[in-house]
Amino acid sequence: MAPPRRTAPACAASNESRRRTMNRPAPPPTDDELHALVDGQLAPDRRSAVEEALAHDPAIAAQVAAWHTQRDALRRLHGELLDESIPASLVSALERNRPRQARRSNWTRWGGMAAGVLVAFAAGWLGNAQWSAQRSAPAQLARAPAMREFVHDASIAHAVYAPEKRHPVEVAAAEQQHLVQWLSKRLDRPLKVPDLTTMGYTLVGGRLLPGETGARAQFMFEDAAGERVTLYIGTLDAQAAGTAASRETAFRFASEGPVPSFYWVDQGFGYAVAGKLPREVLLKLATLAYRDLT
Amino acid sequence: MDARLLVDHIPSLRRYARALTGNAWAADDLVQDTLERACSKWRLWAVGSDLRAWLFTVMHNIFASQVRRTPPPNSIVPLDDVAHELHGGVDPGRDPGTGLDLQRCLMQLPEEQRAVLLLVTLEDLSYAEVAKVLGVPAGTVMSRLSRARVRLQELMDGAAAPHRPGLRRLK
Repeated sequence: MAPPRRTAPACAASNESRRRTMNRPAPPPTDDELHALVDGQLAPDRRSAVEEALAHDPAIAAQVAAWHTQRDALRRLHGELLDESIPASLVSALERNRPRQARRSNWTRWGGMAAGVLVAFAAGWLGNAQWSAQRSAPAQLARAPAMREFVHDASIAHAVYAPEKRHPVEVAAAEQQHLVQWLSKRLDRPLKVPDLTTMGYTLVGGRLLPGETGARAQFMFEDAAGERVTLYIGTLDAQAAGTAASRETAFRFASEGPVPSFYWVDQGFGYAVAGKLPREVLLKLATLAYRDLT
Repeated sequence: MDARLLVDHIPSLRRYARALTGNAWAADDLVQDTLERACSKWRLWAVGSDLRAWLFTVMHNIFASQVRRTPPPNSIVPLDDVAHELHGGVDPGRDPGTGLDLQRCLMQLPEEQRAVLLLVTLEDLSYAEVAKVLGVPAGTVMSRLSRARVRLQELMDGAAAPHRPGLRRLK
């Protein structure tokens, strides 16, 4: 139990007057006051009395000195974190959770580089691919707007992060267990990383992304030649879940975005496998992922 | 809520979380949870009041519920398991063992004592603010602070003993 604290003004005043009139020594410092001295929180009118007590009592002085040392040591502990740059995952946690009206601009703000990479990549892709999308029927894309958007987001997320040299993922494959736990928690559903090694693709890692209907996860895979495919996962909104999209769907091919993908829906969850790959290779990868995930 | 207001507090939230959990991953997860909760509950923050104290309150509530849900695993970590965390995180001029011992000894304190000690020493919160953050009476803050300091002192004295034979036996 903490000793009684000397805070009542009446009491302090009477002590003060008694000390003046009778010249009695100030009351000895309480344990609380010694802590307050160490923490710089001692009331100014007690400071001289406590310091005087310290001067006359080596045991108390040693105690206070030890606590000072301890306090200094604690303040140095992990001090490097104050100067370190803030991890991107924490900044993006803020970006993801802005009030809704601010979310429109997410893609352009994101990490500063997202927009630039996207513009550069899209320009190259469009010039290169000569609108190959026009050759495939747009009707192949899901009718549900949520699904359309989901697939589009998957394609953009691939276009933005697959070319990244230094930071393609937030959490690397070396931390696979942590990665899966983390993304499962964020998406509120147990996730699994499909094994694509039979087609030569190994896990690079993953990241968390914002979506209109909640958090999305992106797993990235890479083959020996450095070619990358991504698996994009996220919940579809209730509206979509109430319509055709909620049923388990067959694979569909989407080529409208910057990067083509195969996508499907399973129990209200959307999956898209995206990559700059021939359609039949992409289909094989999607099939492999689908089999491994269900 | 302007996210930039929060960004300024991230470094100190990270340091506090790191010292509180003793684990870099758990700490950044805790910070992330705190930021997300703060963003979703920002209307609960009274504009003009101390944002920092409010953020620590949010973090404390999340941490406390995590502790309630999952009793901490054996908090005695073999020295070798954490030795790698030490390098690069310590001033070159300092004894590299000190920070590690200190963190290990901190982890031996009960969570509620550790929280009080860290909020007071690392964050310079006043005793009254700490009481508010933790939702306990002022007297409880003082008794926890006192017990934490005495116990940590004993633990550190034990850890610094010659040949450090007691290091792995600390309870």
